[in-house]
Amino acid sequence: MSIESCPIVLTVNGETVIENVEPRTTLVDFLRDSLGLTGTRTGCEHGVCGTCTVRVDGTIVRGCLMLAVQCDGARVETIEGVSDTGEIADLQENFRLRNALQCGFCTPGILLTAQELLSRGGMPDREAIRLHLSGNYCRCTGYQAIIDAVETTARQRTGTNS
Amino acid sequence: MTITPDSPSVLTALDRPNSYIGRSVPRPNLRRLTEGRGSYVSDTVLPRMLHVVFVRSPHAHARIRAIDTLAASKAPGVVAAFVGADLTEVMSPWVGVLTHLKGLKSAPQYPLAMERACWQGEAVCAIVARTRALAEDAAALVDVDYEELPAVADAETALDPQTPVIHPELGDNLTFERRVNAGDPDQGMRDAAEIVEATFVFGRHTGVCNEARAIVADWNAAEQRLTVYQGTQAPHMMQNLFAKHLGIAEQQVRVITKDVGGSFGVKVHAYADEMATVAIAKLLRRPVKFVADRLESFLTDIHARDHRVHGKIGVKKDGTITVFEIDDLTGIGPYSVYPRTSGIEANQVVNLTGSWYRCPNYRALARVVFQNKNVMCQYRAVGHPIATAVTEGLVDLAAARIGMDPVEIRRRNLIPDDGYPATAPSGIKFEKLSQEAALQKIVTMMRYDDLRAEQERLRKQGVYRGIGMTTFVEVTNPSPTFYGIGGARISAQDGVTMRLDGAGTVFCHTGVSEQGQGTEAVIAQVAASAFGVPISSVRVIMGDTDNTPYGGGTWASRAAGIAGEAAWQAGKALRANVLALAATILQAQPQSLDLRDGIVVDAASSRERMGLDEIARIAHFRPDTLPPGFQPELVATRHYVPRAWPFAFTNGVQASYLEVDVDTGFVKLLRHWCVEDCGTIINPLLVDEQVRGGIVQGIGAALYEHCVYDERGQLLNGNMADYLVPMASEMPDMDIGHVVTPTADSELGAKGAGEAGTAGAPGAVMNAINDALRPLGAKTLTEMPFTPGLILRAIGRI
Repeated sequence: MSIESCPIVLTVNGETVIENVEPRTTLVDFLRDSLGLTGTRTGCEHGVCGTCTVRVDGTIVRGCLMLAVQCDGARVETIEGVSDTGEIADLQENFRLRNALQCGFCTPGILLTAQELLSRGGMPDREAIRLHLSGNYCRCTGYQAIIDAVETTARQRTGTNS
Repeated sequence: MTITPDSPSVLTALDRPNSYIGRSVPRPNLRRLTEGRGSYVSDTVLPRMLHVVFVRSPHAHARIRAIDTLAASKAPGVVAAFVGADLTEVMSPWVGVLTHLKGLKSAPQYPLAMERACWQGEAVCAIVARTRALAEDAAALVDVDYEELPAVADAETALDPQTPVIHPELGDNLTFERRVNAGDPDQGMRDAAEIVEATFVFGRHTGVCNEARAIVADWNAAEQRLTVYQGTQAPHMMQNLFAKHLGIAEQQVRVITKDVGGSFGVKVHAYADEMATVAIAKLLRRPVKFVADRLESFLTDIHARDHRVHGKIGVKKDGTITVFEIDDLTGIGPYSVYPRTSGIEANQVVNLTGSWYRCPNYRALARVVFQNKNVMCQYRAVGHPIATAVTEGLVDLAAARIGMDPVEIRRRNLIPDDGYPATAPSGIKFEKLSQEAALQKIVTMMRYDDLRAEQERLRKQGVYRGIGMTTFVEVTNPSPTFYGIGGARISAQDGVTMRLDGAGTVFCHTGVSEQGQGTEAVIAQVAASAFGVPISSVRVIMGDTDNTPYGGGTWASRAAGIAGEAAWQAGKALRANVLALAATILQAQPQSLDLRDGIVVDAASSRERMGLDEIARIAHFRPDTLPPGFQPELVATRHYVPRAWPFAFTNGVQASYLEVDVDTGFVKLLRHWCVEDCGTIINPLLVDEQVRGGIVQGIGAALYEHCVYDERGQLLNGNMADYLVPMASEMPDMDIGHVVTPTADSELGAKGAGEAGTAGAPGAVMNAINDALRPLGAKTLTEMPFTPGLILRAIGRI
């Protein structure tokens, strides 16, 4: 029941944020409801679908399985942040050209997950891309276009010919 | 990327100089969505907005003796609590029947359960609070006194005399029944050298949209107006329903639909909890938001399929099919869903089964029964996956019985491509299909003979691969025969309004809606092509009943074919208006001019005369320079509804190649092919991705997805950890090809493409699994989903 709030200080997309949150508030609810960062969304709310994926201290996490209070002192990045820095502009453009999204609801989580794989460098094969994205649910596309777009980005980044 | 090249375009009149039709233009809204800057209902926040959560029945069937909301009402942040009777003062109940489904019956349904809960998950009480979390806290304090009643769980026994009747006033648990007796089925049985029969079971599954159902309802008492932000496929239909059941005028209701996180047929129905949210907003005179959580979604989003079909096929030694016979039983939950009803799917199964084959002898019985489970209704490819899997499963069994190749038996029985128009034994009409061409094309694409050789070779090494195929048809571009004639106020037509603004760019308003399939792009492509401007000059407005032509929305693969034609006609009309204006300015004949890529040119020489921006400038800001009496018309609206045919049927073929691990029962999908014919292809990229997404949804039904209920009507796996959906690592690459047979009912010639993938995939996977296991003498598998356990039992390993 209701519940004392805890102060937390963290950086979100490079900005310092000072907020009071209830201990039970999940990271995804905090981002959406307190900060208005609605690019991060809830899908299954129990860690299965990957829709709420964000980066905490450089590692992707499920925003529904992490509490906001656990992010005290952390560096959180969301789709809005990585879009503005241009870090994944090439990946986003390849998603657009390949129609690798339909309703777009899962897309932020998928982009951040794919970027984790791509940032390791090297040229992952399709099987590796599929495996890396195996925790991200997309109901619309059937996945093939997503795999294509990630593969194309990997090729471009590594200078690998098709 | 491997995309099989399309057939050559057959476009003629559509092939204007700057045509976008047939081009893979990226969708204009995608950058926004890739940056997380979409606007979904679940993101919507309004001033003074409250959150509603629902207390739901834990029982499949129970009498509600009392509901105590006192403690909940006093909990922090709570504004109000409602039970069923509280909402009846503002909202009337509804009954999900249509008059053209003769005999279809259902009981009145209320926004909150009244004296009885009829399925596990039915909302019985609503708690409204400042935040969702506080509302959930308070909901846990509501004390409901239930008297559990016997639940009708099994459709097979729902009609037995000893089974309780869920709605006693209806007399029995039979919702709807349809029989067809066409040709001479008995003679067909006598003519057959072999009669093969099987029982096919299609497990219940559900849509699992990534964004759950979401609604924000805002009653402005001063304006006497309701604004509803809703993730829906049919804004005008919902406008009508909200008005009707609140007892207010349609004009007092505005429905706004922005981005929708997937729909697939889930979001085209009236849901009790959404109706309750609207009623509560009216009572509280402020905005109220409801977003289903994932557990609620499994319990309340419409479920689909849940059919048991006994099927029979008669076949001669030469492969001629002599008869099809089906007996379909389906359970739909305790209510027929409003307003489209839960009788449509069984009706489609009867309409479609065997329909694309020449065999004239057909006997069908479909019975639709009530049960105490979640409601069942139209979901992507309504009825098609069932009709296709039954038909094609039977055809494969017949082929195996007489020792004929599965491709060959289809070749011998398909309605020939020069055999149209044709009427199927059930009465459905085909304008023109291309089944023979599609079959030939897929055989080439997949290198059928090579695959058969590979399969044979690998079997000797103990590797069991299977090839499965389905031919199918798909209902698209529905005319008023789908819903309108049955009394549902669901518009069959759609309109497009194009208006030229002061900068020489155009706004294009339409009643169809975007769910991610690419309607916005398709409308922009057609409008830009017909009018004669760059696609970047077109802005499409949809999803707002105050600002779009009254229309049907997006369902039954209708948006491109119906609104696309309206956009084509509107673009032509606005071009004629603009050329009349240009001719006045240029002192030329309108017919000597054309508008191409935003520039008025001499039609014959393509010589540039003036830009559209200059024409717009004169029309809007200096009309004083025009001759007296000449009035430029800068807006054009055109509507379209299919008239010549009840539906524009499309057709196609799918094939699945897979490997069954006979030790684990796991199925590995190796490759999947689809050749389909949706007529004129407006955007090949979008069509192919619709087909691919649809195939994977069908694969989900075949291999993974199942709402498992126990005998007490309890859903046992209503969450995403236990209910399996297709994920990237299990899905195959899919090759898509096309045959192009435009419908002559419109100039554009486009038919729908949204459901072909889902229609054909489950049957193809089923046939492939059985093909893989045939050398092991396996029992034929006909019960979806084909889990490892079922497969191991079929080959006697467990």
